[in-house]
Amino acid sequence: MPNPKRRHSKSRGAKRRTHYKATAPAVSECPHCHEPKLPHRACPNCGYYAGRVAFIPKGA
Amino acid sequence: MRHLNSGRKLKRTASHRKALKESLATSLILYKQVRTTLAKAKETRVFIEPLITKAKKDSVPARRHVSRFIKNREALRVLFSEIAPKVQDRPGGYTRVVKLGQRHGDGGEVAIIELVDFNAADEAEKRRKPAKEKEAVTEKVEEKEAKADSASAS
Repeated sequence: MPNPKRRHSKSRGAKRRTHYKATAPAVSECPHCHEPKLPHRACPNCGYYAGRVAFIPKGA
Repeated sequence: MRHLNSGRKLKRTASHRKALKESLATSLILYKQVRTTLAKAKETRVFIEPLITKAKKDSVPARRHVSRFIKNREALRVLFSEIAPKVQDRPGGYTRVVKLGQRHGDGGEVAIIELVDFNAADEAEKRRKPAKEKEAVTEKVEEKEAKADSASAS
């Protein structure tokens, strides 16, 4: 079976991974309560989605 | 290869999967709305819609067929005598799946599956709302009138 010929340093691996970056989640505004929310999901603040109530949020 | 195989396995054995779907379907009939993972919600939709269609025609064979999947007697009664008459004119699409985002802990995608004609939370909100909306409209009209007055004065 093929095997690596040379030792692969931590630095080499780390340098390759400098391009692994987390991307910010897409955020849209809730048309009902104007809080930020995830697109295509019910608003966690007011429980609205597509102009109707999907669920009653806790503490409401 | 899973070519042409439909449905989700949900990491369960066939019997476990069957029990899960029956249980979710029974809960949906009894409570009209169930909060679960997105995959299970979508799978429940596929499972329950044909049963509701079957229940629209109340007959002994239909009841027997559905009772093979809905084993709770109370749920069976609710399906035939409360849900079926209400969805009589709906040509399928009795359920709605709304995504809720990710769960803390395991990051699983959570969703709500509900019966379209039984959204109690929304109906309550709509009953409460009309009064509020009228108020908002009259306020706006008053604002406009005030603006017009000030414009004509100057």
